[in-house]
Amino acid sequence: MGVVQGDQMVLNIGPQHPSTHGVLRLQVRTDGEIVSEIKPYIGYLHRCFEKHCENVTYEQVIPFTDRCDYIASMNNNFGYVVTMEELMEIKVPERVEYIRVIMAELNRIASHLLALGTYGLDVGAFTPFLYMFRDRERILDIFELTCGARLLYNYMWVGGVSHDLPKDFERICIGFLDYFEPKIKEYNDLLTHNKIFLERTADVGVLPPDVAISFGVSGPNLRGSGVKWDVRKDEPYSIYDRFEFEIPLGEGEFGTVGDSFDRYWVRVCEMKESIKIIRQAIKNLPDGDVFQTIPKKIRPPKGSIYRRTESPRGDLGYYIISDGSPKPFRVKMRSPAFTALSSLSEIAQGWMLSDVIAILGSLDIVLGEIDR
Amino acid sequence: MTSKEIKKTLDRQFPGSVIENVDFAERQVELKPDQWLEIATFLKNDPGLSFDQLECVTGIDTGEDGPLQSRYNLHSMEHRHKIEVVISLDRSNPKVASIEQVWRVGDWFERETYDMFGIIYEGHRDLRRILCPEDWEGWPLRKDYETQETYHGIVVSKIKEEEWE
Amino acid sequence: MTVDALMNWFAKLGDFPELAFILAVLICAVPVFLFIALYALVAIYGELKISSFMQDKVGPMGQGVGLHAGKWGLLQPVADALKLILKEDIIPTSADKKLFILAPFIVFIGAFIAFAALPFNQNLIIADMNIGIFYILAVSSLGVIGLIMAGWSSNNKWSLYGAMRSAAQIVSYEIPAALSIIAVIMLTGTLSMQGIIQHQSGFVWGILPNWIIFQNPFTFVAFFIFFISGLAECNRTPFDIPEAESELVAGAFTEYSGMRYAFFFLSEYANMFIVSGIAVTAFLGGWQSPIPGIFTSPAWGLWWFMSKAMFLIFVMIWFRWTFPRLRVDQLMNVCWKGFTPIAMVNIFGVGIWHLMLG
Repeated sequence: MGVVQGDQMVLNIGPQHPSTHGVLRLQVRTDGEIVSEIKPYIGYLHRCFEKHCENVTYEQVIPFTDRCDYIASMNNNFGYVVTMEELMEIKVPERVEYIRVIMAELNRIASHLLALGTYGLDVGAFTPFLYMFRDRERILDIFELTCGARLLYNYMWVGGVSHDLPKDFERICIGFLDYFEPKIKEYNDLLTHNKIFLERTADVGVLPPDVAISFGVSGPNLRGSGVKWDVRKDEPYSIYDRFEFEIPLGEGEFGTVGDSFDRYWVRVCEMKESIKIIRQAIKNLPDGDVFQTIPKKIRPPKGSIYRRTESPRGDLGYYIISDGSPKPFRVKMRSPAFTALSSLSEIAQGWMLSDVIAILGSLDIVLGEIDR
Repeated sequence: MTSKEIKKTLDRQFPGSVIENVDFAERQVELKPDQWLEIATFLKNDPGLSFDQLECVTGIDTGEDGPLQSRYNLHSMEHRHKIEVVISLDRSNPKVASIEQVWRVGDWFERETYDMFGIIYEGHRDLRRILCPEDWEGWPLRKDYETQETYHGIVVSKIKEEEWE
Repeated sequence: MTVDALMNWFAKLGDFPELAFILAVLICAVPVFLFIALYALVAIYGELKISSFMQDKVGPMGQGVGLHAGKWGLLQPVADALKLILKEDIIPTSADKKLFILAPFIVFIGAFIAFAALPFNQNLIIADMNIGIFYILAVSSLGVIGLIMAGWSSNNKWSLYGAMRSAAQIVSYEIPAALSIIAVIMLTGTLSMQGIIQHQSGFVWGILPNWIIFQNPFTFVAFFIFFISGLAECNRTPFDIPEAESELVAGAFTEYSGMRYAFFFLSEYANMFIVSGIAVTAFLGGWQSPIPGIFTSPAWGLWWFMSKAMFLIFVMIWFRWTFPRLRVDQLMNVCWKGFTPIAMVNIFGVGIWHLMLG
């Protein structure tokens, strides 16, 4: 018997498509429903972030970092200021460190909520998406209370933060956590343990650990493959070494280790860990002046630095080179979603068209960060 | 291993490939471009080094008449040590071996650096522009880059040079 | 038996049988169309509100003065319909124009003519054919042709994908649906819709209605097979892969806009009603009252039929906003490896149970 070989069809998913999470084009070669080749085309959102950085001063770079990964702006700010402080050898006050950790972890929850919600949307479940947005909204309210902005905060500055915490912040924040913690179970009941959802995600798009490392995949995606790697624990920055939290790993509960479900599940578990961190941080929040160490003029000494931090999407690295002038000589952002997307063509090959969408969703990409 | 030991290992394995340069920090090692692919393969496969993760590839234009640089941040998941490899390239003919088949992520990182600096990675199977359109002219992140006037009839706006003090 | 009644009435006026037939059919068609339109408005409003309540939001609401959707958003479906009618009607240049225009109507006709055999109450049925249920099953598959036409003529890859998926899905799910109906026909011994309902009159032990779903355990299973297969035939979640907005944009309807899209929309809702209508007739006692002895007049019959059908439609809406979507091969697995064998065994089960205990 000969092999039945149908005609192949080239399909463009995007740039305008409901599930590309931004402006992304996937050129897909399909044989019926089966996808035999995927070529991602990116750059539709390219805004010359790195070129802009060379033309503005160091503090003016911070708003640009907001706009890279606009889902987790706090974490992007955090990465940049931590790198700058390491370059300039600034030691920020305790209170600032705690505030930053609280904000970054809140933003991590918000970002994971969006990732999980849109993932539900990708596999066709609409309702969990709105539930998660409802709760994300409350986090954005806390941010609005703190710094006035809801999406692009420009909150963390080199040497400090732009605003001190508002009055009553502890009460509001703890109130949110108490409200939010039981909601995770609600999501699990509604989406995670749904039979159809498991059918769609378990065993789909398996990313083996060695392939994941070779592709530079990081963050929840890497941990979904069972690799214990979290910058917060392994290369602690700021004050993350003071907190107790677990690193959730993909265990292949319903399929193979490293499948789409594991990536999803790691995010769910990470939200719980973030809650733990925030609770500890609020408990130990010291008093102090948050503007104390903000330098009048940022003129780092000559030199270069590469520092990575854990953003909700993975290892967010900043490569900063200073030539001693008030403008950076070179800023390079190593974005975690960029490497995650580059692995798509490897792991999504041979799956069905619907699975490609599901796998893409499970990688949780933000095109603003990929294209910069 | 500390970066000093890694440098020593490299020097032993590939004599003459490590360039001593005081400009670079402790964590960096400058290598000659000619043996880069072999060194990269060694760095990845040697059980003592086992740099299985290519964290970042950064292109750098050192300005005016200086060389272009391709910098690789390597990290080992197994040993939890890291090193930064710097390779300086001639500005008029920036060519270096591609490590795309050593670390898969190199594919896109090298395409990005090619896109921005025009560094040609020899042996890369699919070296195209990645962020800019395919028919964009010039290498945007080079210091001597001049923006093209128009692109398909669209006027390209210039970045204003202003002094911030 | 409205068509027959009208024809009898025309026969009294004069001897023109062909014209009388056409007139009778046309006169019947108008209220059916109006009914579908009205029902669709109600169902869309219901869908909006039910989904909103399930999603922790209020849904369409009108407030204050000025142009708005009325109290509680009651006018929202009207506004939606008006918007669709007023929208620009776009036919892509590369589309096959004739088929493109024809497709929505064929889909709609498939749903529309099935209404002819639905018994709304004791008297209100347009044509009580002796092959009623067979007729409905037959004509409701007509929509597939329309969908394939829509997908093919749009000259769009997404549309083609949607059309192929939907054809495969609808044709496959006809089988378990028809097999579970066969179980019903075995019990009732008639294909006539009214006949099937008549069979279900009376009560067991004076309380439990003698509906087919309660008559033996195998029909109980058959009901669920039929209902879920029907869900798949309507392309509703979790079987909405032909539309699958996150994968296929809008499937076969990708290139449609305005009035033509409205027709697809209308036929989706009409199909939901037909599936519910058959399920109610075949398993849930049709227009019969669930309470012994009271509420048995024809007006109450209409109420019982509509409320049972609307309940099933509510269940469909409930499913839609709760479940994720299956993948195309999983969908086929469910049909061919799950429902079809179960439905076949079921037929034997129903027969044996009926012979032993009936």
